[in-house]
Amino acid sequence: MPIPVSAYLLVSGLLLVIGVFGIFSNRKNIIVIMMSIELILLAANLNFVAFSGALHDMVGQVFTMFVLTVAAAESAIGLAILVIYFRNRGSIEVEDVTLMKG
Amino acid sequence: MISISPFLPALTLGLGGMLLLVLGVSARRVALQAANGGAMLVLLCAAAATLAAPDGVLFNGLLKTTLFTRFADTLIYIGAFAALVLSFDFNRKEGIGRFEYPVLVLFAVLGMVVMVSANDLMSLYVGFELQSLALYIAAALARDSLRSTEAGLKYFVLGALASGLLLYGISLTYGFTGTTSFPAIAGLLGGAVPTGALVGLTFVVVGLAFKISAAPFHMWTPDVYEGAPTSVSALFGTAPKAAAFALFLSVLTGPFGPLLKEWQPLIVILAVLSMALGAIAAIVQTNIKRLLAYSSIGHMGYALIGFAAGTAAGYQASLIYVALYVVMSAGAFACVIAFRRNGRAVETIADLAGLAAERPGLALGLAIFMWAMAGIPPLSGFFGKLYVFLAAIDAGLLPLAIIGVLTSVIGAFYYLRVIKVMYFDAGQPGFDRASPGVNFIIGLGAVVTVLFIAAPSPLISAASAAARALMG
Repeated sequence: MPIPVSAYLLVSGLLLVIGVFGIFSNRKNIIVIMMSIELILLAANLNFVAFSGALHDMVGQVFTMFVLTVAAAESAIGLAILVIYFRNRGSIEVEDVTLMKG
Repeated sequence: MISISPFLPALTLGLGGMLLLVLGVSARRVALQAANGGAMLVLLCAAAATLAAPDGVLFNGLLKTTLFTRFADTLIYIGAFAALVLSFDFNRKEGIGRFEYPVLVLFAVLGMVVMVSANDLMSLYVGFELQSLALYIAAALARDSLRSTEAGLKYFVLGALASGLLLYGISLTYGFTGTTSFPAIAGLLGGAVPTGALVGLTFVVVGLAFKISAAPFHMWTPDVYEGAPTSVSALFGTAPKAAAFALFLSVLTGPFGPLLKEWQPLIVILAVLSMALGAIAAIVQTNIKRLLAYSSIGHMGYALIGFAAGTAAGYQASLIYVALYVVMSAGAFACVIAFRRNGRAVETIADLAGLAAERPGLALGLAIFMWAMAGIPPLSGFFGKLYVFLAAIDAGLLPLAIIGVLTSVIGAFYYLRVIKVMYFDAGQPGFDRASPGVNFIIGLGAVVTVLFIAAPSPLISAASAAARALMG
């Protein structure tokens, strides 16, 4: 029996919510925020692939390839910025990123 | 045989950027000057190619160039060119004169040009990410400064969240319409609208609102403007704003055009919140870059009024507003870059005391931009506001126009406070002379801002043609 699209949508919706909550409720470590961002992108990817299968249309899978590439570039840049931030601050706790406020 | 000429500007930017990168890596000694000059040359070539480019649909409908995209591209080039001119001397003095910066600006501009001319969700996403990734690095350019790296980190996290939400919206739109092509989506949404597409629309609006920093998705703006090197803030305040606004217009009027009744309330809410926040939160600021950040949030609110009207006249008014704002913003940031005391950059408003006595030209320039941003006639900012309010009233959005007038009265307070500090407060002498490039940008911006009243027709007719092209 094939899995209905709604099941995939449910999982991807959960992934999205976990990712967004991970960004806003996490007070410990910026690496966790990077992982949450990846979760959001993966939620969208899961949608694309599920829809692509359901619609018998290849565009969704091609889109996924682009998203994977962009996600890799994004993590590379994010980690690079994190490294130079750590050099200056000596900490990557979210609570310490508070030099500018208001 | 497909003609490549509509794509020539983007090709120029991409090839030019890569060439400068190779040049910079292989010729270390002349890298900075070569990259600076080369980037300006590439921008000029791209601008010339854009003005000469015909309308066209390229790459199986992935990209589409019209009068609207050429209008937006021109604004992007103007903003990026001004930011580049401002960056040369400033970056050298601050010890961040690296050849990578002009190259990053070129790649960001390429991303903006691609996303503005996108005719498919896929090209939209790729262009959007190209400009975002380049700008994340630019924000953290001063890698030994805690403030700059913190700005880069904040911009990265919130920008990545925004593009994630945008992508999620795109995936839902694709799933419920079965296509990623703008005209096909518009055709399908003209009939029965699936609920999933509405959810997708909401996510797309949120993702794009982040990029134009409309409240309540503005929280990155003040920190990034304050923390990033001023030359980079000058870039953020001009080209990406114009590009993201143009993209916002083209996405909501293109594929989501049939859903006008659904997105109009969202834009009205964004406009009201942005104007209110821009007017009220800026009052307590002491840092001039932070002040300009809140001011940019407010200005995006005014530009959204014309957008919310949902008529050709409204889009035209929004485009005029954004064009005038790019000039004012470039000029105001040029003034901030020019403020140096004894070789050190000053950023607090209180430090501007006594500026008028020592550098009257610079003080007059900033006063002109502040007056224009406050919307005082006969400067250009007044007409920008007038057009969007008129368009809103014509479209039956009288309450929105009234809120706009009220917030601009409140906002005038903090703009005028800057002028008061410069002209009437006593201060220490010791302001440095600005470099010729910075003076050039201030002078040019001031002339355009003051003389817009004398010759408004070129901009008005260009914006009108662009708005008509946007409506199809």
